[in-house]
Amino acid sequence: MLTVLLLLWPVAAALLLHFFKGRAARVPALGAALVEFALAAYAALTFNANNSGQFSFNLNWIPSAGIHFAVGMDGLSLLLVLLTAVLVPVILLSAFRRNFENESVFYALVLFMQTGLIGVFTAQDAFLFYFMWEVALIPIYFLAGVWGGVNRARVTFKFFLYTIIGSLFMLAGFVYLYFQTGPSADGLSAHNSALASFYALNLTADTQMWVFWLIFAAFAVKMPIFPFHTWQPDTYTEAPAPATMLLSGIMLKMGIYGCMRWLLPVVPMGVDYWQNLVLILAIIGIIYGAIIAIRQQDVKRLIAYSSLSHVGLMIAGVFSLTQMGLQGASIQMLAHGVNVVGMFFIADAIERRTGTRNIADLGGLTRKAPVLTVCFLVLLLGTVALPLTNGFVGEFLLLAGVYQFNHWMGAVAGVTIILGAVYLLRMFQRVMLGPDSSFTETFTDLTGSELALLVPLIVLVFWIGLFPNTFLHLSEGSVMNILNEVVKR
Amino acid sequence: MQETVIPAAGAPYSTFLYVLIPLLPFLGFLINGLLNRKLSGTVAGAISSLAVLGSFAISVFLFLNFQYQYTVTLFDWISVGSMQIPFSYQIDQLSLIMLLLVTGVGFLIHVYSIGYMHHDENVGKFFSFLNLFVFSMLVLVLGANFVILFIGWEGVGLCSYLLIGFWNKNTAYNNAAKKAFIINRVGDLGFLLGIFLIYLTFDSIQYAEVFQKASTLQIGTGVVTAITLLLFVGATGKSAQLPLYTWLPDAMAGPTPVSALIHAATMVTAGIYMILRANVLFTLAPDTLEVIAIIGAATALFAATIGLAQNDIKKVLAYSTVSQLGYMFLALGVMGYSTSLFHVLTHAFFKALMFLGAGSVIHAMSNEQDMRRMGGLRKSLPITFITFFVGCLAIAGIPPFSGFFSKDEILLHAFEHSKVLYAVGLFTAFLTAFYMFRLLFLTFFGEFRGTEEQKHHLHESPASMTLPLIVLAILAAVGGFMNAPFFLGEENAYLANYLAPLFTYSKQLNPAAFGVHADHATELMLIGLSVGAGVLGIILAYVQYVSRGVRPVEDGESRGLLENLIYHKYYIDELYNALFVRPIMWLSRGLFRYVENGIIDPIVNGFGRLTMGGGQLLRYVQTGSVETYLILMVVGIVLVMALNFGKF
Amino acid sequence: MNPNIPEVIQTVPLQYYVFFAAALFSIGVLGVLTRRNAIIIFMCVELMLNAVNVLLTAFSAYRADPNGQIFVFFIMAVAAAEVAVGLAIIVMIYRNLQNTDVNLLNRLKF
Repeated sequence: MLTVLLLLWPVAAALLLHFFKGRAARVPALGAALVEFALAAYAALTFNANNSGQFSFNLNWIPSAGIHFAVGMDGLSLLLVLLTAVLVPVILLSAFRRNFENESVFYALVLFMQTGLIGVFTAQDAFLFYFMWEVALIPIYFLAGVWGGVNRARVTFKFFLYTIIGSLFMLAGFVYLYFQTGPSADGLSAHNSALASFYALNLTADTQMWVFWLIFAAFAVKMPIFPFHTWQPDTYTEAPAPATMLLSGIMLKMGIYGCMRWLLPVVPMGVDYWQNLVLILAIIGIIYGAIIAIRQQDVKRLIAYSSLSHVGLMIAGVFSLTQMGLQGASIQMLAHGVNVVGMFFIADAIERRTGTRNIADLGGLTRKAPVLTVCFLVLLLGTVALPLTNGFVGEFLLLAGVYQFNHWMGAVAGVTIILGAVYLLRMFQRVMLGPDSSFTETFTDLTGSELALLVPLIVLVFWIGLFPNTFLHLSEGSVMNILNEVVKR
Repeated sequence: MQETVIPAAGAPYSTFLYVLIPLLPFLGFLINGLLNRKLSGTVAGAISSLAVLGSFAISVFLFLNFQYQYTVTLFDWISVGSMQIPFSYQIDQLSLIMLLLVTGVGFLIHVYSIGYMHHDENVGKFFSFLNLFVFSMLVLVLGANFVILFIGWEGVGLCSYLLIGFWNKNTAYNNAAKKAFIINRVGDLGFLLGIFLIYLTFDSIQYAEVFQKASTLQIGTGVVTAITLLLFVGATGKSAQLPLYTWLPDAMAGPTPVSALIHAATMVTAGIYMILRANVLFTLAPDTLEVIAIIGAATALFAATIGLAQNDIKKVLAYSTVSQLGYMFLALGVMGYSTSLFHVLTHAFFKALMFLGAGSVIHAMSNEQDMRRMGGLRKSLPITFITFFVGCLAIAGIPPFSGFFSKDEILLHAFEHSKVLYAVGLFTAFLTAFYMFRLLFLTFFGEFRGTEEQKHHLHESPASMTLPLIVLAILAAVGGFMNAPFFLGEENAYLANYLAPLFTYSKQLNPAAFGVHADHATELMLIGLSVGAGVLGIILAYVQYVSRGVRPVEDGESRGLLENLIYHKYYIDELYNALFVRPIMWLSRGLFRYVENGIIDPIVNGFGRLTMGGGQLLRYVQTGSVETYLILMVVGIVLVMALNFGKF
Repeated sequence: MNPNIPEVIQTVPLQYYVFFAAALFSIGVLGVLTRRNAIIIFMCVELMLNAVNVLLTAFSAYRADPNGQIFVFFIMAVAAAEVAVGLAIIVMIYRNLQNTDVNLLNRLKF
């Protein structure tokens, strides 16, 4: 039931938010997100790491088709639900600094999206998963399309089309798999779409080879993996900062989660067949994104390419099919969510003060903003995976996993730790350090509310870095289950 | 000795004591960092000095009461399957010596910094970074597994970055900081891959377990050679060896105490510490040792030649550091493990001393670093001069100063291993004596060559700066006696005997290559040769720069071909620029312009255009004329019927 | 020959109805295709409908199955409704254009 509550509360709050107009919607929106966070925290505290699938709820949604509204959480789901519940209040808070039209609608859409995201992370039925997958897409389309930058129309249109075409392939894949399943438990339908029935399918290797691509198409675009990534830098740059945070902080984890939950165990032989290809694409993405990031002038675009590089490593870890790789991906999803949201927030804070995101125009800001510098540096160090920050645990395990699968791939993927330092330090130096720029004189340090937003993120940077076992233990059981499903056939 | 290697049961003292060692500097970091501008410079300096002093006191306590090797586990850090990484310390001879070195020399340099950084507006920030460095370094030497070592390893890299770019208004300094971090990261990647391979080979990353399992392997096992080569890549980055040394001379952009602490005495020796830690693995891989010895000797010679023609006082010291680190690697390569650590210690004393002395000179000269503007300073800076002179004698290998003992032992080991390496080492010793005394003579002898204003300001530094100089000078003078040469009897080689348990496995695995077998006559002959080389260097420098009064060429004037090559550091930076930096920059732009925006994105957009274009074409079917529609419809129906004729 | 079918009906063979309906239908098609006056096109459409009605009735009678004739009633009812709406549209067109030439109605094109 708790899961249902987690799902329904944000959408209910989003509907209620229409009774508030403009700025008056801020406090109720944040309050609703905090309640959601409290619910998620309660779930985490009562969660039993040794059991799989808890807080389950199963409603016979379309009995004649064997489709159930089945939700539940295992450790992996819980991690991502927690991530969502932590980041949404932060993202709402970050929006408070902006002045824009129809604020209440904006917040309502963010909350509506939260339902979609949590739905994706908890769905135990293929069609519910697909449904939630699309539910999460609609609000972000409006968030980016209505409140975005100059090119927003073209960019969001491309993003929307790109991702929806990917999801249609996934739908086709699910429909195919659905017709391979046996009758539903109540006997009303000849087939059913439960996750467990998908896991239990006995498909030939040849079938799995092409079904793999149908399902993977949606995830490949969403994560995104090279070369399906070109919507990403444009969208991240054009979308308003809160939407960019939603996209990069939470939404791209949908793809990685999808791979772990709906791809690896469902078509293991297909995964086995395409494993090397996906790893090579992922590793190309790591290097390619990092190299392109080096020369970017726009801070947001630079972070977008860095995100491409980091996601590449997570994909590589997942497809290494090692325990370390999958666990690394689980913890890195959290770490990346925290870091990238923080980085985008700082980019936004700088843009609000100076009116520019162009690296060449900035410089010497540290002298006016020591607190901002420290926050920026901490998040940056998390991103370059310095030990004792959150990025290290993930990257260490991911690289170890990839290295375990193939030494050479591990070595090439490892180049990310060098290139990551190159582009991030270059950006940090050009923006914060160096001789005074024309903005230095009037620049101001972080305000109290901005700091209040960054402090939880910074706490998480060190918490995940110092005590990763808190989270690793949660996902351990799920990861082992997934690996067992993969090995079984 | 076998039984002392395996960790005995528990730690003799409360865990809290061990936590405190790195925690004290970390608290200093937090206090100074959070109260950055609210504390006066002296208070900030006092807090961080006391923090380091506290760690030093605990270290001394542990050192004096040390009986057996043990590990202390604080908490489980990362555990995934069999990849278990506890956050644990290992207390043994090696970590204790390094603890004493880091906190002891660190404390002196903290005290010195109180005087040196007095005028800087960001003193609090400086001391917080310095404390963070000490914290990282302590984690590095205390760690009981390779990943904890890696925490410290990266941590000191970060502090090095922060401190080199301390004066962040200057773009050149920032670039130097960035360069240091990135080149270190290149090495770190090697180290990281080495850790992965260790884990896959031994199914553990805990020192005790890995070395225990390794000791059962055969010498020359392929995978161990791979592991050690990867670890050595890490060491070349952190310890500034060929080909990754270029960051260290640039790192002199940082404040001088930083150069003394990080870039001479402690951090750069982390690579040597790591190899000493993993000496079992290295002993198993003679090929790697050969590589290490050759790279070490080559670096020593290479950096020494560059040192001959530098005019920046700190640059000379930087190249001399690279060169001396080369000696340490040479020692490791010829399995003179304890000798290497011996040189780490003596080098820490005399190089910290000389850097701090140089800082004192720079302080007196109002931030002038060019030796061509100095001269005759021994009258106005007597304490600095005398202590610096002691340092020069030590590095030149003149008995009985400390450098003589350690360098001599290295050369003895090298001689037993290979005559060529020995010759390179001996020649480098001659060069070292020459360029160090060139520095001494140019700075402290002859006539003053700076501006009148500088001359007016010349003054001896305050006590907080001279006191550490004096302490270090004493250590540099007598430090060598902690490990007396062999001909004085093995029992007097205190350090080697103390460290012996660390190398038990190595000794068992390869007894032939371990230790020195030369007779005393040979040893004395070698001592004579190396002292002769040192004295010759000093005499030549004296003739050149005091008797003949030669001055380095000014920037505008022309140089000889060879001198020009050396002055420009063999154009290595330019070479790396052309080989790595520019291609990557070019690739970055090229990929973005031609691949991202030229191929991938157009293909994606191409699908969109294809759809749009298709619609555009099909649009013309909509003529708007009802007749056309009707005709098409009828034709269609007739066609359908015709095609299906006879199928009903 | 089906004994259930009255003799009277069988005096005209089924083929004749089919040929007749086909002819009627073809006339309708040709009329729709060649004429430009909307009212005449409309009448031709009616012609085609009636051709189908004839066929349905004939088959219904020959097979002694009333379903076909019930269909015819439906078609007639729908056709009546269609005429009402269709004529109303044509009247509106005429009022606007003073003409009922369908070729003038070509605004809905690319």
